Amino acid sequence: MTSSSTNPPDLEPIGAQPGHYYSYGIPYLPIDHYPGKLIAVEGTDGVGRSTQIRLLREWLEVQGYGVIETGWTRSELMQPTIELAKASNTLNKLTFVLLYATDFADRLEKEIIPALKAGFIVLSDRYIFTALARAGVRGVDRQWIRNLYGFGIAPHLVFYLRIDEKTLIRRVLQSRGMDYWESGMDLKLGDDIYESFRAYQRALLKEYAALADEYGFRVLDARRKVDVIQDELRRQIAGFLNEPDNAPVASRPE
Amino acid sequence: MEGIDGSGKTTQLGLLAKWLSAAGHPVFQTEWNSSALVKAATKAGKKKNALTPMTFSLLHATDFADRLLYNIIPPLKAGMIVLADRYTYTAFARDAARGVDRRWVRELYSFAVKPDLAVYFKTPIDVSIDRLLARRVKLKFYEAGLDMGWSTNAIESFRIFQGKVLDEYDRCVEEYGLSVINASGSITEQQRVCRRLVSQHLEIEANDEQLDESA
Repeated sequence: MTSSSTNPPDLEPIGAQPGHYYSYGIPYLPIDHYPGKLIAVEGTDGVGRSTQIRLLREWLEVQGYGVIETGWTRSELMQPTIELAKASNTLNKLTFVLLYATDFADRLEKEIIPALKAGFIVLSDRYIFTALARAGVRGVDRQWIRNLYGFGIAPHLVFYLRIDEKTLIRRVLQSRGMDYWESGMDLKLGDDIYESFRAYQRALLKEYAALADEYGFRVLDARRKVDVIQDELRRQIAGFLNEPDNAPVASRPE
Repeated sequence: MEGIDGSGKTTQLGLLAKWLSAAGHPVFQTEWNSSALVKAATKAGKKKNALTPMTFSLLHATDFADRLLYNIIPPLKAGMIVLADRYTYTAFARDAARGVDRRWVRELYSFAVKPDLAVYFKTPIDVSIDRLLARRVKLKFYEAGLDMGWSTNAIESFRIFQGKVLDEYDRCVEEYGLSVINASGSITEQQRVCRRLVSQHLEIEANDEQLDESA
């Protein structure tokens, strides 16, 4: 390890350029100069990520951009294992983190990288920050998990749909209720599932707030109406795509 | 106990366990890639040959984390001798041979417990191939490195892949000071060296305890 780094000793490598690996990357998959763009939409449950992504996709496709969506825990390889492990509560915090990282690696290599190579706009419903936030709440070593995700690609844009604790709790209860993991019951914060749920969601929001600073998220107030948020997203994405050299498809009609 | 396939390390580990148990040392054995947690994913991935070097690496790290917490740390806490058939060096060697970044995989496993003794059974590839073929072991897809597309012939691919793995093990020997046993010697000969290494280590520990008592 070199000591010449100018980064602060903790929470190191992350300041990668958009479209490049955060750290050591995947040596056998060089990704320099790929024309695609990676846009991540982050946020806790109940902020309307998937609605916003669906609307963004339509808007982008009308303009002639190729769009691919990807999510968190959706890889063919890992989905059954993660579901099984969650159902049987056999996950400890390390295996929890590693299973999700494996899932991400699978999607990165098989969906995201090929799409970036082919010039698509990749809309990612959650990204590595979800893993960093959850691991942060669980007390996983911060530098270790950042090294682990050093094979991730820094997105061109990260939007964080932010809500307050009270709104978050109501929305989660309304939509699908509490479950074991989303209530952080593995953290043994207490026997009362509601109190545990609340403490967990509060801690999660704190982690996201710290990540927003660390990675320079574009923060949007997710308590506003769907179309207001969508307009804001479109304005910022259009601004990005209209910058010189940023249009992902070289052969687009003028 | 480290070494490539066909290095004889499993045989040696079994003999070591017998000897230690007979001497009254409680022994616990754990084997690489054996946790129930990732079995489904590894099997599915292997069946479809769908694993990339990165997912292969991460699945094995997941397996390791699971075993570390359930099968390695508790017996250590209980004062047992844990005999591990392959340890982190297997990942360092295999994953790097597949093109995964060496620094990344070392940092990935930084949560592991540093072994008190790590023995590497160094085997020429021809010896290992002869042993595997004599046992009529069918060279498996990933063990033979067929996922890398270096050769479609399993034996040829095994030779290329394990050649790279041996190079990576050599790095580990230097980096982590693994104790090397020449695995082309006879089983008994190797076991003698192995037991000597272990007994030295146990003596050192016994001395330490005496020091503690007298202090």
